[in-house]
Amino acid sequence: MKLLAAHAHSAPCESQNSIQLSNDSDPRALDLEKIERVDLHFPKFSDGRAFSQAFLLRRRLGFKGEIRATGDVLIDQLVQMQRSGFSAAVLRADQNAKFAQRQFDRYPAFYQGDAVVAHPKFNPARTPPSTNTGVSA
Amino acid sequence: MYQYTDFDRQFVRNRAAQYRDQLERHLSGHLSDDEFRPLRLQNGWYLERHAPMLRVAAPYGELSSVQLRVLARIAREYDQPSAEVYQKAQTAQANLGTAKLPTGYAHFSTRQNVQFNWIALDKSADVMDLLASVNLHGIQTSGSCIRSITSDERAGIAVDEIADPRPFCEILRQWSALHPEFAFLPRKFKIAVSGAREDRTAAAWHDVGLRLVRDVDGVYSEDGSPGMLGFRVLVGGGMGRTPVIATTIRDFLPWNQILNYLEAIVRVYNRWGRRDNLHKARIKILVKAEGQRFTDEVEAEYAQIVELDGAPHTITQQELDRVSASFVPPALGGKKSDSVLKVASILRATAENHVEFGRWLTQNVAPHKNPDLRAVTLSLKRLGHAPGDATASQLETAAELADRFSAGEARVTHDQNLLLPWVRCDQLSELWRAARNASLARSNIHLLSDMIACPGGDFCSLANARSIPIAAAIAERYQDMDELHDLGEIDLHISGCINSCGHHHSGHVGILGVDKDGQEWYQVSLGGSDGSTLSGAAIAGKVVGPSFEAAEVPDVIEALLDTYREERRSGETFIATFRRVGMNVFAQAANAVRHMASTEFA
Repeated sequence: MKLLAAHAHSAPCESQNSIQLSNDSDPRALDLEKIERVDLHFPKFSDGRAFSQAFLLRRRLGFKGEIRATGDVLIDQLVQMQRSGFSAAVLRADQNAKFAQRQFDRYPAFYQGDAVVAHPKFNPARTPPSTNTGVSA
Repeated sequence: MYQYTDFDRQFVRNRAAQYRDQLERHLSGHLSDDEFRPLRLQNGWYLERHAPMLRVAAPYGELSSVQLRVLARIAREYDQPSAEVYQKAQTAQANLGTAKLPTGYAHFSTRQNVQFNWIALDKSADVMDLLASVNLHGIQTSGSCIRSITSDERAGIAVDEIADPRPFCEILRQWSALHPEFAFLPRKFKIAVSGAREDRTAAAWHDVGLRLVRDVDGVYSEDGSPGMLGFRVLVGGGMGRTPVIATTIRDFLPWNQILNYLEAIVRVYNRWGRRDNLHKARIKILVKAEGQRFTDEVEAEYAQIVELDGAPHTITQQELDRVSASFVPPALGGKKSDSVLKVASILRATAENHVEFGRWLTQNVAPHKNPDLRAVTLSLKRLGHAPGDATASQLETAAELADRFSAGEARVTHDQNLLLPWVRCDQLSELWRAARNASLARSNIHLLSDMIACPGGDFCSLANARSIPIAAAIAERYQDMDELHDLGEIDLHISGCINSCGHHHSGHVGILGVDKDGQEWYQVSLGGSDGSTLSGAAIAGKVVGPSFEAAEVPDVIEALLDTYREERRSGETFIATFRRVGMNVFAQAANAVRHMASTEFA
């Protein structure tokens, strides 16, 4: 997962083929053709609607571009963001990125399927993620 | 019981390590109170009136003797406030009238969990490590997420069982544990699973209630006929300030689809559930507001999960078999069923000679799928202890009894007692004597003094009034076992506030603590039901009138019970008499005992 400092993030614009989606919108209503990046917003870290949006984009719609988390983005939600389909996150300014990697290293696997690994642990069809999980700048 | 694999064990340990990391960052100033709050809650750590409260999950109620001993150790070593904390708490509670706050206890809750009231936050990570050493944890026992799953205390042993719900509970537990998409829902989300004809889980009072049924040529049967196994799916029940009975949105869902279907329900809730008002955020409000549209949304989402996502969480037969293998009945020694009649006659003879043993056999001992066995409830409702509380040594005794008489297994019941599920008939008298020595054999299961009560205003910061002294005052007045047995089965439920942890809505008699100008008052409601056969279809009780002051409450109970005794027909229970006679007669009796000085009309 790509971690961005606040200054490295700029709002989506048409010329960059990127869009922002408010967290009460249905991603299934989007025209994703030519879209390379979708920003999903967390007004508060405890408002979990964007997790479902990311899941729908990545899994249901098969969106291959970047899904970027913006807003109240904290270290302790990064792993579940990544599992829900986010590929980038703009950390809130006060967050210390050095605490991030160990969150990704802690669990070798999870029980349920997610946006990255579709099948749950019990299903023999489960395939491990193609790339290592973790953070990159 | 479910046998933890290496993966399961490591998962729980990793969770404890994750919590320690979060706690350390919090204590060193890298994680603010607000940001730490949902993280600690999702591990069961609340900050309450005097100290943190820990809620440990006993998934679908099952505990091994090894786990009980660790809970005992936590009660003894960690449920102990510092002198300073205790002094401060005691001073605060003395103002309300509490003489001595209990310490060194584990408290069993209606959701089959275990709570501790005095563990210091800086010891919390150590306690999580200790719990993890026996596969215990506090994962999702709080927070706006899918909470720990509850089930029938007689799961896998009930004579009226359609299918054993425990393998499904365990599969649901694993599916919901650290679900990435559903950790920040609008509000908490509680699931109960029942596999028997009799609903002992109060399924209709849950966000999701699942009832195992069989499809016999399109008729969904609970009578155990052979046929395809599936679930009836109820959604949108709940208590709190707006009591709502769940709606059946699916009469039959094939068993292997349950995770896919739950994913659809929770996703629709995550998307549409209200987040603007905490009091309207539960799924019951959404189901009520949207009606059929809610069901349609769930069905549409489920269809997409199946057709577009490929139904990845379809439970395989292999997985059901793997998990079910953990739940085969334990091999027990002793004589086989050819001695059943002989044992029965010995028990009968003993019971005739000893009235207390006879009562215990009637009230605390339940039939079992295996005719050689019985399910025995150890009562945690006795004078001098808050309902559902057990001391460290009582927990150790319960562990010992589980080892000696129940294959090392005990279960937390919805009514806040402990049940031993594998007791041999020929050991019942021996168990009774041992339990009686430990004050765990009171023959009051399902009777008046087997009341449900939350910790209330002695511990909980949400409470408006105390529950424990009310429970104690009623228990003191009704100590006579002749009288209790004559009064028969009755559900008395006490909550210290409208959040309804003491399930006052579903009590035949419900007591709700309310705050009026800083004083403790109690609202009494009548005729509620948890949905059991005894109580009738699930329904919230009706309030009898203005609230009562604490000292009046035992008089109100007495007036209600006297009215019942006057009005009842032969063999009629309290709730049956109430339904026949009606609210007015009972409400008048209750209102007649108001103490003159306290008349107040709210």
